[in-house]
Amino acid sequence: MDYRLELKHVSKSFGEVQALQDINFQLGRNEIVGLLGDNGAGKSTLIKIITGYHRPTSGEIHFNGRKVDQLTVPKARQLGVETVYQERALAELQTLWRNIFLGREITTSLGMLDIGKMRAETHRLMSQSMGFTSSAVDPDSLVGKFSGGEKQGVAIVRALFFDAEIIILDEPTMGLSLKETAKLVSFVRGIREAGKSAVFIDHNIVHVYDVADRIVVIDRGRIAGQFLTKEISLDSLMDKMIHVAETGKFEQ
Amino acid sequence: MNSKTDGVSATTATTYKPVFRLRKFARTNSTQLGIIGVFVSLFIIFIIAAPQTFLKGQIYYAFMSTVPFFAIMAIPLTMIVIAAEMDLSFPSVMAMGMVAFLLTINATAGLDNIPLQVFLGFCAALLTGTVIGWLNGFIIVRFGIPSLVATIGTQFFWRGAVLVLSQGKSGTLVYVKESFLYPALVGKIGGFFPAQMLWLILIACLGWILLNRHKFGAHIYLIGDNIKSAELMGVNTGRTRILAFMLIGLVSAFAGVIASFHVVYFWPSLGDGKLLPTLASVFLGGTSVFGGTGTILGTFLGAFIIGAIEAATVAVGLTGFWTQLIYGLIIVLSVIMHTYLRKRGT
Repeated sequence: MDYRLELKHVSKSFGEVQALQDINFQLGRNEIVGLLGDNGAGKSTLIKIITGYHRPTSGEIHFNGRKVDQLTVPKARQLGVETVYQERALAELQTLWRNIFLGREITTSLGMLDIGKMRAETHRLMSQSMGFTSSAVDPDSLVGKFSGGEKQGVAIVRALFFDAEIIILDEPTMGLSLKETAKLVSFVRGIREAGKSAVFIDHNIVHVYDVADRIVVIDRGRIAGQFLTKEISLDSLMDKMIHVAETGKFEQ
Repeated sequence: MNSKTDGVSATTATTYKPVFRLRKFARTNSTQLGIIGVFVSLFIIFIIAAPQTFLKGQIYYAFMSTVPFFAIMAIPLTMIVIAAEMDLSFPSVMAMGMVAFLLTINATAGLDNIPLQVFLGFCAALLTGTVIGWLNGFIIVRFGIPSLVATIGTQFFWRGAVLVLSQGKSGTLVYVKESFLYPALVGKIGGFFPAQMLWLILIACLGWILLNRHKFGAHIYLIGDNIKSAELMGVNTGRTRILAFMLIGLVSAFAGVIASFHVVYFWPSLGDGKLLPTLASVFLGGTSVFGGTGTILGTFLGAFIIGAIEAATVAVGLTGFWTQLIYGLIIVLSVIMHTYLRKRGT
């Protein structure tokens, strides 16, 4: 099968600590994969390998069937990976427009910033997305002054702007109000309809179950099990998660 | 610019029209307006306290002659501090650049062409400064050593290298007056305007453009604000920081050349005494020691306040010993103020 993204036998260790062990992970086209697991299970490490932030200690990464060596953050972006990180990855002393274009500023010749265009695009994006308050629409406002929900919104809107093929959302509902969360969940559903793929991590199993086509459970750096959401009830999923947390084993 | 960013240009009709609002302008530029206020107020105080000094043109000529020697280094140092790094080695780099200059003059003695030799020496000095800057950056980035510690070490190392290579000897540079570089670097434009002041203005303008209008500057601010975020978003934080250290190395060597040319003399402790006023200019100019904020205009005005303080302390009847005390106080107060502002979350 032609996967949009495939990890083959990926392991990652930080010194003595084995964060991921022999991970085989696939993400199909128009597919939303929910990633579940306890704190420290290795979800964020897996995400950071896909986004090029961490290099795997061993194993292979394939995008659209082609093996990619030496994956870096800019390279992953070129391959269409956009990420909303759990830690938001914002620079709070900087303006909104600088945050939206963080790391890939629009430049004219010789690396000069096209500030006018970045301000205008920021204003357009923020006023169209997720119903932000006026303070979060002014491109020159400082991100550090925003509410938790607004900050998370900036991180999400930024990931959507660059027309990604694969959108990775690591705890995106953290800090969002109920209304904003509902909007986000409906947006994640829209990813599939737009012909894109997503990896969705959330502490709220209900949200993950609600939007994912497939759920992958990670425990202690290994994939403990995976299944299609249509083949399991929410109650049964909850029972299995508790079982995994207690025993480290997954009953298929 | 990658292909995805190119896609931005394809997006249609944006209705955003930036509107000038005084309150927003004041809020966005509060640091710079603050330092302008301090600058004007202090000069009014100086004029009232010592009118015999501060109402005469000579004092302003003296500022324009002497302030540039440390102020031009304060420009790239501002970038280093905004990136939440520190460089304490630049005074030694000033001298090391001049050692490279002298070694080149000696090595090219066979050319028997003073203007050419001085030009080659000048290039060698700038190259040496840039390479030392690269080395500083490389040590800090590659080995993850705090820049404060690393550059204390390299400061002593390069001062030692200067002493070893020069055998601790001073000497006249009177021959540089035969070179076109002498009037170009430290001459008097129109018979009165010091060329070094023009170089300071030029370097400050270039620094401003680099920091505020170039991708490099954008990354400097992001790195100082939150280096983890910058890395997650694909900013090459190592390369940007190394470039910043190369820049201060280059400019320090340049400062060493103009300071030596000004007095047509080389001495091995060249640069000693420049550390404090340069650092004080940056901090007085509103650059946060924690990184992420700071301006070139602030540093530029800060440097002239520092220059004026020295003149003012003497003019109001205090001895020159007070100036170090005041510079030190400025640095400590600036750090306290930024710590307070940080805790308030502003």
